[in-house]
Amino acid sequence: MVEHGDIRVVHRGGSKINFRKPVITNDSRFLLCASGESVKVFSTSTEECIHDLRGHTDLVTGVLIKPSNHLQAFSCSADGTVRLWDFTDGILIKVRLLPSIVVCPLFQLVAVHLPQSGDQLVEARELSAVLTGISSNPAATVFGRGGEYIASANGLQLEVYFFKKQKAYRFSLKEDNKKGGKNTFTCVACHPNDDCIATGHEDGKIRLWRNFNHKKEYTYSTLHWHHSAVSSLSTNLLSGGIESVLVQWRYNQENQRDFLPRLGAAITHIAVSPDGALYCTSHSDNKITIIQSCVKVSAVIQGLVKGESVGTDLMIDPRSKSLVLNGKPGHLQFYSLQRDKLLYNLDIVQQEYIHESGLQQFEVVKAAFDASGNWLATVEERKQKGAELELNLKLWAFDEQTQSFVLNTTISAPHEAQITGMCFSHATDSQTTMLVSTSKDGHFKAWQLAAQSQTDADEGPSWSCDFVGAYHGLVPECCSFSADGSLLAVSFQEVVTVWSPASWELLTTLSQPPKAIRNLCFGRLSCSKYLLGTTDSNLLCCWNLLTCSLEWSTSMDVSLLLADPLSENMAAFCCQAGLFVFKPSEPRPLFSQKAVCSGMVTRAVFAPREEMLESCEESSQWLNRSQLYFLTQYMVNNTNRSAVKEKKSLVIDDSVAMTPFYLLLGKHRQQQQGGDDPQSGVSAERTPLPQGSVAIKELLQTPAHVLPSTSFLCSMFVQSLLISVTDSREESKHAEEEMESEKEEEDSEEEIESSRTRPEQQAAVGGGEAAESAAPAMTKAQVRELRRVKKLDHSWLAGLLDS
Amino acid sequence: MGEFKVHRVRFFDYMPSAIRAMAFNSHTERLALVRADGALEIFNFADHYFQEKVIPGQDGRAVEALCWVGQRLFSAGLNGEITEYDLENLRPRYTVEAYGGPIWTIGSNKQGTLLMVGCEDGTVKMFEILKERIQFQRNLERQKGRIVSLSWHPSGTLIAAGMMDMIRIFNAETGHATHRMLVERGVGASKSREVVVWSVAFLSDYTIISGDSAGKVQIWDGLTGTLVRTHLVTKWDVLCLSVSQDESSLIAGTSEGTVVQFQFISSTVDQQEEEWVRTRTFKNHSHDVRALAHTETAVVSGGMDTQLVVRPLLDKVEKNTQESAMRKIALPHRSLVCCAKKAGLLLFQFPDHLEVWRVGESDGHGKPGDSLPVKRKPEKLIQLKGKGGDHIYSSALSPCGEWLAYSTVSSVRLYRLQYNNISITKVSKLPKDLCLGHQLCFSSDSTKLFASSRHSSVIVVALNQLECKYLHTLKPKSGSRQPVHLLCTSEDGKWLATANTDCEIHVYDLHKRKLHCTVPIYSSCPTAIAIHPTTSHLVVVHADQQIFEYSLVQKEYTEWSRKLQKQGLHSLWLERDTPVTHVTFSLKNPAHIILHDMFMFCIIDQSLPLPESKTLLYNQMTLRSLPEQERIRHSHAFKICKNFKHVMCVSLLEDHSLVVVERPLLDMMSQLPAPVRQKKFAT
Repeated sequence: MVEHGDIRVVHRGGSKINFRKPVITNDSRFLLCASGESVKVFSTSTEECIHDLRGHTDLVTGVLIKPSNHLQAFSCSADGTVRLWDFTDGILIKVRLLPSIVVCPLFQLVAVHLPQSGDQLVEARELSAVLTGISSNPAATVFGRGGEYIASANGLQLEVYFFKKQKAYRFSLKEDNKKGGKNTFTCVACHPNDDCIATGHEDGKIRLWRNFNHKKEYTYSTLHWHHSAVSSLSTNLLSGGIESVLVQWRYNQENQRDFLPRLGAAITHIAVSPDGALYCTSHSDNKITIIQSCVKVSAVIQGLVKGESVGTDLMIDPRSKSLVLNGKPGHLQFYSLQRDKLLYNLDIVQQEYIHESGLQQFEVVKAAFDASGNWLATVEERKQKGAELELNLKLWAFDEQTQSFVLNTTISAPHEAQITGMCFSHATDSQTTMLVSTSKDGHFKAWQLAAQSQTDADEGPSWSCDFVGAYHGLVPECCSFSADGSLLAVSFQEVVTVWSPASWELLTTLSQPPKAIRNLCFGRLSCSKYLLGTTDSNLLCCWNLLTCSLEWSTSMDVSLLLADPLSENMAAFCCQAGLFVFKPSEPRPLFSQKAVCSGMVTRAVFAPREEMLESCEESSQWLNRSQLYFLTQYMVNNTNRSAVKEKKSLVIDDSVAMTPFYLLLGKHRQQQQGGDDPQSGVSAERTPLPQGSVAIKELLQTPAHVLPSTSFLCSMFVQSLLISVTDSREESKHAEEEMESEKEEEDSEEEIESSRTRPEQQAAVGGGEAAESAAPAMTKAQVRELRRVKKLDHSWLAGLLDS
Repeated sequence: MGEFKVHRVRFFDYMPSAIRAMAFNSHTERLALVRADGALEIFNFADHYFQEKVIPGQDGRAVEALCWVGQRLFSAGLNGEITEYDLENLRPRYTVEAYGGPIWTIGSNKQGTLLMVGCEDGTVKMFEILKERIQFQRNLERQKGRIVSLSWHPSGTLIAAGMMDMIRIFNAETGHATHRMLVERGVGASKSREVVVWSVAFLSDYTIISGDSAGKVQIWDGLTGTLVRTHLVTKWDVLCLSVSQDESSLIAGTSEGTVVQFQFISSTVDQQEEEWVRTRTFKNHSHDVRALAHTETAVVSGGMDTQLVVRPLLDKVEKNTQESAMRKIALPHRSLVCCAKKAGLLLFQFPDHLEVWRVGESDGHGKPGDSLPVKRKPEKLIQLKGKGGDHIYSSALSPCGEWLAYSTVSSVRLYRLQYNNISITKVSKLPKDLCLGHQLCFSSDSTKLFASSRHSSVIVVALNQLECKYLHTLKPKSGSRQPVHLLCTSEDGKWLATANTDCEIHVYDLHKRKLHCTVPIYSSCPTAIAIHPTTSHLVVVHADQQIFEYSLVQKEYTEWSRKLQKQGLHSLWLERDTPVTHVTFSLKNPAHIILHDMFMFCIIDQSLPLPESKTLLYNQMTLRSLPEQERIRHSHAFKICKNFKHVMCVSLLEDHSLVVVERPLLDMMSQLPAPVRQKKFAT
């Protein structure tokens, strides 16, 4: 069927940077941290990601600076390899394959002898188990002074192994002390010069062990400041935990300690630069803080914050083109997809977040942007046991001066029950902006920005309720505005009602029993007459609003349906993570792929490209204007790990910059395709000379210094250009028509009845739209630019010819 | 086990006084402990921490410091006197006035030839220790401000003295001060207050360690007089320090009730260079830790909360043994309660007074475990205040309740009581020989009074309505000089048994007025003895929890005792950490022996088989759930009842009802003053 070898899922970013302890390089300039399947190199001064060391095929589980060469770093991964990198240049130096280890219920610490070899790929064969039954947490195993011994804690036991003597000492603690505190070890650190091991415990205590080369005469002292588990310790006797306070203890004067409070989130790892000037702490909200000499936070590297759940959909901020979703509790985060970096957090709830388990807090559950990005609507709710549901609808206006959203209106208790859906009117030209919210209380409400009244002229416009709608007491689920804002569709279980927002009259009802509507979506651009819906009974329906009848329907278990705002394409995700991209006017999918990722896709969004791609392959044309991002949830280490992935088309000439040559080349492709079609009936003269195109390609690809003189190339080059200039417009139209007919043929070979009748219908609808729909990949602007380029060519060519 | 009507007595509001000072003699393994009321107690650490000897205090004697010199024990106090104790006769031997105002501290050199005291007027006075007394030798250079603490360098050449705001080092030969080390004051509000160096320790490597009222433990170089390191241990005072014998470990007691350990260890594994590192913290006290002793294996601490705590160091002892268990000694190991069995009266002994109570009555009946309605409430009949400043050593009430005797360090007093209209008359003319009574005891028919005297002898005095006549003195043949601490007579008045702290038990035939036999000496000190009323078997319980039964007629251990020794006692029985302080017999069932310690009372039924090592020792609850036939099969000789806590006395009255005198520790705790304020997390 459709060729899709050139479309693949790319892991785009947003992975955990707090998974493992980061490493600061010897010169304190770089910070290395494991991030998903790659190792990221950040600058400690500018927070910028400098290199992304890619190569591992599974989760990176550790990063380490090579002790003998501090410009190189090792990384290990769950794919069973250890890789050596030059992190300043971002080059992979060596790969070492570890022999597959027999699956063992206990974690073992093994010593790997790294063979010296010049080859890039080396298999390390010599493995020797040092300790067995160690904790899976790498923070619980650490080398002691000068690598003379290794200390490892697991459960209630601390084990110290001396390499020289080859002797291990085990010290265990009682299971529980009388006060109910837990003595379980959480982390271990060793003093760099003295023989002192610091261990963190579940009950917040830190124990300093000394004399541990004796079976009985070992001794320890206890430090206690943390109220719950010590999650991280470092060699400088820094400790951190859920309190988000970095505590620095003075070695040998443990009563004196320094605090760096309010670090934002629970500390998960602490790393110290070798000279001790820089500390860096990883936090549970996917953040790395760089601290200078324990007093000043100098830089914050913030990854994509993963809250407990993404309550809001993935959204694209129309202004910054950034991805917007739940971040920290009570916040919305704006995340730049291009740079894989958090832009800023918007505090929605504006209440202090209290770190206490079991406490219900306000959560942002819905958010929506209007088309221009001037307004943001958010819904926050708090459900406490035995208490009324607290709901707030907030509307935020974009302030040009501060370049951020400012709270305009707060509507407390906008509905009596949970809000199920919310959308803005998409019309960009209309005077008033409208927001519709649907709720489980059986109503949907339209909110409008009220005109500035005389009484509160100084306060500016605010939002108020314009209309309350209901339909037979049914519960509304989804709502959607048509592209021009003239129609509003609201689904009431299995019934879809279509309203006119201008007069608030019920225009028509559409229904597809027996099951409730799950998603509702209007078509865009040429397909704006179509309304698409999915039902719980695994049906994807397309209604034609002009005829008010079902256009087509197909049986499909769609979990998510979304429309590309810049084209008429729609994407549907199946429950088994299958992806179908189609146009509502043609039920045959443009693209389909089974199992895009493991697990169900719950959230996805079309993000517009910064610059449009010109692609000729029909299967990837839908990606020209937008990229599809989706959020996956798969289990790693028993926590929800999500990552934003991108669908990206790999066009052959992707690397070529937007030049006139490039545009021309694209044209040639289309012509080639057209020319190959036997039914085209286009005369042979329009097919370009094969030599010509090859020449141009040569011209573009070969380096300038090996090219023959321009005068030699000129004639050939000009010839090819001349042909295209003569009748490009006509030809392109033809080409598109031909392609369409080809598709139709294929469609008819498939057996869908509705598709047979479709051409007539389309013709009936016809009119001005037809021409536009005929050239789906070319917008007016594109055509205009092409023309401009052609004009430019003319004058330039004239000069060339003259010479 | 049998059913008893129990008088549960909780009106004995005995309150031990705070522990003030401690000294440990590592040669004899004796710990001397002095309380705030001046009472001295000697514990034998080699014999299950048994409280061997008690010397009662005196009004107005506040002992500040204790010091062992060989076997001799010296104390000094705020009354400005130095006292040497006579541990054989349990009394102060002599007292020497130091003429320097109140004495804060006392110490001796390692050789045991010199004694020094630090006085309020700023002098350190040296005394020469002679064989029978001490003699003033000289003063060291007088300082401004009081000398609070002293420590002698083991070589004897240098002396460190803790003062107000500073530490002085004296040359012991010349008597001149060589160094003056200023101690920093506390921060904040306490800046204006003088800092008191409560304790100093001079180590053999010329390191001085000081603990002060600003909460610091400081380590100084004694040769150069420079500060090496400061450990801030508490917000309050560091009151006392103690160094282990090998100078590898140091403990400091604080006002917060914590004991902080420092250890002299090398920072890296294979290096010799060592330093003092703070390691463990023990929190076993609720109030100030005023006294500390570092024994070889344990930390011994005591303070305001009156308990003596022995906390073994787990790196020095074998784990999970009896030795590694922590001990808290809260109640004395001797009986302060005397029960007149026939009259149903109780005599309570306080340091400075006595109380006689009549137990309540009840005619109700109920199921086991019920509390019966009280028909007649217990009433306090007599409160007898001790004469003079001396505190009461021992007291006794005759079984008929008509005679009451008590003894102090200097005298014995005898009173005659009448209850129809309550009156008390002192028997004025006592025989001259009856001047010392470590233990007092009446015969069962109340016609004789026995008083133990010097060198384990017993004086017998006959009592009748008119007069009180000295009969004779019973003397053991062993020639032991130790005092008698246990005394008991048989019901028929034929036997008298004594036990002394040399672990000897002598039995006298009162009819023949001579020594009948000596029980073979067992290594552990007897803690309770009693003679069976019908079979005339002597039952002895020792500090190591062993039980012996000795037939006085046959002069040998009984069959049951041999069987018990052969089979061995149950391990749980041996693990108990409080001694049995009282043994009585049931009149109804001659096979029953009733005994108790602080946490339980037990009836040993000699007719039942002994428990084997695998059987459940504390089986009363499980027996109760079994049917009647099964019970016999599962029951064994040791019937233990743990319903009562902090038991001071269990006694059987003539009407076969039990008297259990309890003194709950919580009640004692509630009488203590408020401890220092401490910030607790989340309060």
